[in-house]
Amino acid sequence: MSAEISRSTGSTPQASVAQPPAGSEPTPKISVGNLNFFYGKSQALFDINIAIKERVVTAFIGRSGCGKSTFLRTLNRMNDIIPGTRVEGKISIDGLDIYDARTDVVDLRRRVGMVFQKSNPFPKSIFDNVAYGLRINRMTSSRSELQDRVEQALQDAAIWKEVKDRLHESALGLSGGQQQRLCIARALAIQPSIVLMDEPASALDPMATTKIEELIVELKKQYTIVIVTHNMQQAARVSDTTAFFLMGKLIEVNPTEKMFTNPDSKTTEDYITGRFG
Amino acid sequence: MDYHRHLDDELDSLRDKVLLLGGETEIALERAMHALIERDSQVAQEVLENDDKVDKLEVEVDRQCIEIIALRQPAARDLRFVISVAKMAPVLERVADHACNIARAAIDLNNEPELTAVEDLRKMSEHALSMLRAALDAFTSNDAIAAREVIKRDEKINDLYNYIFHRLIEMMVTEPRTATRNARLIFVAKHLERIGDYVTDICELTVYMAEAAFIKHDKE
Repeated sequence: MSAEISRSTGSTPQASVAQPPAGSEPTPKISVGNLNFFYGKSQALFDINIAIKERVVTAFIGRSGCGKSTFLRTLNRMNDIIPGTRVEGKISIDGLDIYDARTDVVDLRRRVGMVFQKSNPFPKSIFDNVAYGLRINRMTSSRSELQDRVEQALQDAAIWKEVKDRLHESALGLSGGQQQRLCIARALAIQPSIVLMDEPASALDPMATTKIEELIVELKKQYTIVIVTHNMQQAARVSDTTAFFLMGKLIEVNPTEKMFTNPDSKTTEDYITGRFG
Repeated sequence: MDYHRHLDDELDSLRDKVLLLGGETEIALERAMHALIERDSQVAQEVLENDDKVDKLEVEVDRQCIEIIALRQPAARDLRFVISVAKMAPVLERVADHACNIARAAIDLNNEPELTAVEDLRKMSEHALSMLRAALDAFTSNDAIAAREVIKRDEKINDLYNYIFHRLIEMMVTEPRTATRNARLIFVAKHLERIGDYVTDICELTVYMAEAAFIKHDKE
């Protein structure tokens, strides 16, 4: 791995965001404390503190280059593959420090799936795309189990009905929206508990976007979803919690309805109302 | 940032329009009470004729709010402003309707001998008008503190209504020949009392707009 991982040894995590009263909330799925992130000498994230709840949709919003995608990728250590990157601080998932030296990064990425802006199906059949992760992780013991898991993932991703009669055709023949849902099925097949989505609908038309958004709302019954979006209306439609980033700093985290009607921070309000800059 | 300048222009235009509606409502109430107190049926007639203009303004405000929500998707303070205006416009239109009812009462009563209780109604209407003006000022300046102060003044309107109501009932008993005409004045007093309630609604919307606080059903 190329990323250097170091620890900030100073203060305990500071709440830069709205925090619920002590004892009133369940343990968060993801806890981030005093997180700093560097691309070489350039610092991209500054002292991020956030608690992400289980089985809710959390949206990250902010201008291009504000650090929201960088932060998303720290949650399954995808930044490790970029040379010269460095992480300080702590990220725990289910109470376990994911930057601990003993962490199995492959297993982490199995537990924390990811869907990207541009759908990226493999040049294989629809079936093989979804079965890929199951096979390389040796997660099934028989052909019939593999078939069941593929079907379940395609159903969970709300694409089963559209592809069930052409499972062995190339995935590249699907529409953009279908390809994106196939990629979601591929991520779900290996049974992650968290799904990270980096602008999953930004390249799709309104109908395909609606399907993805409906899917996100459905998926939160089983998964913790973290989504980066440039589309504030999309954040408002699909998320339960919204976090606003600016220049690598987390400015505010609040329930989405509060964020879009009465944010705490004037900076957030200026961004949300489009009066920023 | 042309898009956002455009949104600002639209919000300014909406603000102007609802203030125009508020101004027309104020004038309608002021003139309806003038028609009653000064026994000027011509002015009362003008109030009734002008109501059409108030109705059209309300529809325009409604349409503009819907357009902004549909096309601009306002959020945060912009959303609170548009929602407040959308809810305020029908309230103002109702105030103007009450003014029309007072104008109709004036036209009927002006053909009859003068009643002494009209003087008490003058006091009540001055208080209602002053509240309406203060409420529109608080809205214009996005001032929740001023809006809350106006809400407190509704109590005085209610006290005046109770006083006038009992006084008119007494007069109806002691001077039965004035009963029908004094009954009309009870209705006028009731219209003014309702206007006080509507002004309170406007102030509650201003508090929501400024602070995102829902105070409509607060006990205090």
